[in-house]
Amino acid sequence: METVGHASEAVGRGANRPVPTAPGISLPFALILQRLLRPQRVWYALAVWLEARPWAYRAFTALEKTVKGRLFGCRMCAQCALPSTAYACPMSCPKELRNGPCGGVGANGDCEVYPGLACVWVIAYDRAAGAGRTADLRRLQRPIDQREWGQSSWVNYWQHRDAGLWSADVSFAAAPPIGTR
Amino acid sequence: MNPGSRLRGALRERRFAVTAELSPPRGADPEAIRRGARALHDWVDAANVTDNQGAMVRLSSMAGCVLALAEDVEPVMQLQCRDRNRLALQSDLLGAAALGIPNVLLLTGDHQRFGDHPDARGVFDLDSVQLVWTARTMRDQGTLLSGKTLKPPPSWLIGCVENPFAPPLAFRAERLGKKVAAGADFVQTQYVFDVPRFAAWMRAARELGLTQRCAVLAGVGPIRSLRALERMHQIPGIAISPEVEQRLRGVAPERVLPESIAICIEIITELRAIPDLAGIHVMAFGSEQLVPEIVEGAGLGRRAHARVNERVG
Repeated sequence: METVGHASEAVGRGANRPVPTAPGISLPFALILQRLLRPQRVWYALAVWLEARPWAYRAFTALEKTVKGRLFGCRMCAQCALPSTAYACPMSCPKELRNGPCGGVGANGDCEVYPGLACVWVIAYDRAAGAGRTADLRRLQRPIDQREWGQSSWVNYWQHRDAGLWSADVSFAAAPPIGTR
Repeated sequence: MNPGSRLRGALRERRFAVTAELSPPRGADPEAIRRGARALHDWVDAANVTDNQGAMVRLSSMAGCVLALAEDVEPVMQLQCRDRNRLALQSDLLGAAALGIPNVLLLTGDHQRFGDHPDARGVFDLDSVQLVWTARTMRDQGTLLSGKTLKPPPSWLIGCVENPFAPPLAFRAERLGKKVAAGADFVQTQYVFDVPRFAAWMRAARELGLTQRCAVLAGVGPIRSLRALERMHQIPGIAISPEVEQRLRGVAPERVLPESIAICIEIITELRAIPDLAGIHVMAFGSEQLVPEIVEGAGLGRRAHARVNERVG
């Protein structure tokens, strides 16, 4: 265990590796943006328009990557979980856990892989609790489609491709078969 | 395929169940597993064969389970998401069923940075909740994640893990709730040293209706030496209470092991008073020979077994 405390050496400095990230905007503000960006006719039309023009899609995706990368540590999995995680990105967890924290979270709430950085699920829980939205975290998150990396999650979202990413139920009743989305 | 298992029977009949960890060796010697299995035989309902625990390469869990079965010890095959994608996970689950392994324990796995191959790629294609959900769908719907049909479907008991002592504490019972909704039949917890905090977590789980649907086995185990104590401090997610630490540091070095066994027995005794607790899970990190003394000392007695092999296949 000599490596403990030297996270960068032990984990590596490779590009696009997940590093737990505290969101750059508050949950109430994120929820206002969520309302503006929710699927509706104008966004659907924009998504269709973008997908028909590779250059525009590339430019839009680069913009999305910059904005969400800065704000949330987004790595462009293209299947955005943020609305269900108090806008703390679970793909910034070193284990990419979409259903909650692992058992290795430090007593102080730090990530086991990056001591000194808070576990992204501890951040998510605190933000959700502050807004009375912890039930959101109870939803079962389905496995992501690994083919989608690098695509635009907004374009997917506006065309309803994200439907079924997580379960609607928050009661812990037996979930339906996992299936494909 | 396996109509009854000892663990399933114990949980169904609400006998206080005992499981223990059986650590595969670093090397190709089957005798290490056999020795551990023989030590556990009379004392456990089932033994967990760990899967590259601590991100250290060991003999595979599935092979260890087969060796345990040959010693008449019912295995729980641990399977983690760090080393396998969704294809490999599902095919290992099917392999377990075909080999007569009646229980599986599904977990995310320790991060590779803590192991002997920090240069490895961690897979994490599924997380533990998704893997439990996949296993339950395979068993109860008879289908793979792809939707393709399984003939015949497997029938294992599905287990998971939870750590009641790691932040966010208020979410830990709900996290178990997600695994129960996904299909977990039983849960084994991280080491319990702080019984009141564990009892609080149990209370929260009970209030969510989880303990009736998912059998909870509390993790316990001895700390063999002060060196082992130091090592356990380094393992993410293990919270050793100051009282336990003081007691171990307060005795002569050769008394640390007996003192820690005494502490372990006291903790088990306190745990048995917690309503709805289904049993204990003893983790002795490769010292399976200590398990009988702990189980007997806690007054749990030997298990009355029918031979595993008669009911398998």
